[in-house]
Amino acid sequence: MDLDALTGCLASPACLVTQTTSGFIIGMLLFLVAVGLTLIFGVLKVVNFSHGAFYMFGAYFAMTAYQLSGSFALAVFCGAAGTALLGLIFERVFMSRVYGADVLMQLLVCYAFVLIFDDVVRMVWGPEFRSMGMPAAFQVAPLFIAGGVVPPYYLLLIGVALVAAVILGLGLARTRLGKVIRAAAHNPGMVSALGINTGLIYGGVFALGGMLAGLGGALAAPVRSLTPGMGFSVLIESFIVTVIGGMGSILGALIGALLIGMIRSFGSLGFPLFTEGLMYLFMVIVLVIRPTGLFGKEVV
Amino acid sequence: MQRTRKPGISRRATLALMGTGAVTFATPWVARAQAKTIKVGMPTILSGRVAQLGTSSRNAVMLEVEKVNAAGGLAGRQIEMVIRDSKGAPQEAARVARELVNTDGCELLIDAEASSGAFAVHEVARDLGVFCIHTNSETSALTADPKQHIPNAFRTARQGVHDSIVGGSYAAAIAKTKGLKKWATCAPDYAYGRDTTGEFTLYLKRFAPDVEIISESWPKLFQPDYTEVVTKILQAKPQALYTCLWGGDLTSYIDQANIYAMFSQMEVFAVNMADYTALTVVKNLPKGIHSGNRYIKTYPATAENAAWGDAYKAKYNEYPTNWSWENATAVMLIAEASKKANSADGKKIAEAMRGLTIKSPFGADGTVTMRAEDQTLIGYAIGWGTTIPQEPYVPDVKPGDWKTILELEAEWKKSKGYA
Repeated sequence: MDLDALTGCLASPACLVTQTTSGFIIGMLLFLVAVGLTLIFGVLKVVNFSHGAFYMFGAYFAMTAYQLSGSFALAVFCGAAGTALLGLIFERVFMSRVYGADVLMQLLVCYAFVLIFDDVVRMVWGPEFRSMGMPAAFQVAPLFIAGGVVPPYYLLLIGVALVAAVILGLGLARTRLGKVIRAAAHNPGMVSALGINTGLIYGGVFALGGMLAGLGGALAAPVRSLTPGMGFSVLIESFIVTVIGGMGSILGALIGALLIGMIRSFGSLGFPLFTEGLMYLFMVIVLVIRPTGLFGKEVV
Repeated sequence: MQRTRKPGISRRATLALMGTGAVTFATPWVARAQAKTIKVGMPTILSGRVAQLGTSSRNAVMLEVEKVNAAGGLAGRQIEMVIRDSKGAPQEAARVARELVNTDGCELLIDAEASSGAFAVHEVARDLGVFCIHTNSETSALTADPKQHIPNAFRTARQGVHDSIVGGSYAAAIAKTKGLKKWATCAPDYAYGRDTTGEFTLYLKRFAPDVEIISESWPKLFQPDYTEVVTKILQAKPQALYTCLWGGDLTSYIDQANIYAMFSQMEVFAVNMADYTALTVVKNLPKGIHSGNRYIKTYPATAENAAWGDAYKAKYNEYPTNWSWENATAVMLIAEASKKANSADGKKIAEAMRGLTIKSPFGADGTVTMRAEDQTLIGYAIGWGTTIPQEPYVPDVKPGDWKTILELEAEWKKSKGYA
């Protein structure tokens, strides 16, 4: 425990800026994965254990598109669009068959696909780790804000994730489609009776969830090494985020992800040997006080 | 009355089968002695972030096994490799190792696990008494600690303490010249990371006593994001950083530290940088990272080493890694020891291997020796230099002096209570 380092940092604007942005970066990437997970659970009531694979595919699709085209914007688009398509196919062909099944069966199908997707990546891109490299436009000196270091690429990353959060939040709350999705989550039988194709809604939500994880993977690709199985550790943290924020809540996912980001960022200063433990401890405290998570609703 | 034969297996046949099975399982060597081939088991990491190193271990072993088999095998028996993926999980490594011996009938083990798995496989070797050669674990304690010593286990991997002595003296010389007094460390949080960092700083401080470690970071092994580690180090404002991150972890770390311009703010000493896996994968390799040699075909600068590196590249279309030479050395030593003992028996090979010196492309003087007292490799090429972003990547390697290494290692063992 190094509380001096932590209090010293809290008293220094430079350190505060650096560590807060660091927390935002970790949090926003995590949010993109966790929000898809929570969205799919909210509407389909399925815990998509294979969600980490979409993050992985997003990163690999982006790397391949970047290598072929040299355009980072296209790489991010391909990462997101490719995983959306994959999500749609995965939901329509496989997941839609186990909606009524036992939760263990759903977990089994998802876990099978964790293994299958990892092997697909291994066959297509090879078992070794890969690196996409930072696009030339972002190979610039970091910005210094109040003495704190902020890399321009991370500003973009935070910006894109925030825009995604706002569009998603407003889209679900204010648009007709959003209302239909929320209605389908609440009472799919009634929505279906009104002549709305719930299968399409389900497929669309799964594609959206996959797309968000893929976007996270694509944005992380320039700074993280790519390897088969890379989605797993992200998935575990995403589960922590959704448990803290409340399963099914988008605002919860955002707050949960940012809290985890800040815990990692400031925890590494004050509790360098217990940063991981802090995350789990925080989760336990939240669960004891609010078993449904910070923004989760009681299931009646 | 005519007796009808009931379908299925008869009682007599069942008993006979059970009897044969019992004899075979209770005395597996009886079944094996008749085998013309000798099975050599190899647990290694063929999936996940370290897969490339595991694959390069397998490649190197196969390259050498082909040569040994072409020359007649081990005492006339052709080697058949049985290679299994442990996925980098220690419990899986132990399970695979046990299965290789008990079920697959392997008579020798080449343990190509990282340190986390190697200690688990070591316990299997202790339990089963099977010949085992650790090829990738660089944690010094694996052979230095007498509690770990078993007569049937050897190591051909370089040793953390050797690297640290050479690295510590190299870094201290630069620290003195450039006035680098404030240091930070960043290492993966497991046996190898902890031990190697401790040993490096020990020798750094010994050769440059006014050096002070002002920040330590211990990220998890295979952690996807190092942002908080990078920013923590930046906050501490050290003049130099030591890291023993490796493989995909190191390349992730470099990519993430690069955008904070970390490499322009401090001297970086990354012992595992100068390996082709990392050198060729990192897209924006900063110039001037100090690194120990892992495997590069230009050091030692001999025709034999260059030829070996080229032969590997020709066969597998990629360069060998640090794990490649360590595994190739294991097969070379097994073959020489078997020749000396004129036997493929594990116990006889072990006996012949103690103290054995063989010609090697990876030797500092063209030879390497399996030291008898602790059954670990010495005399391999070891040195430090700075990286450039293109071949030969580390143009000028300053070699370590084995006389000094051995003297300081003996001292270190005493201080640890190992000798």
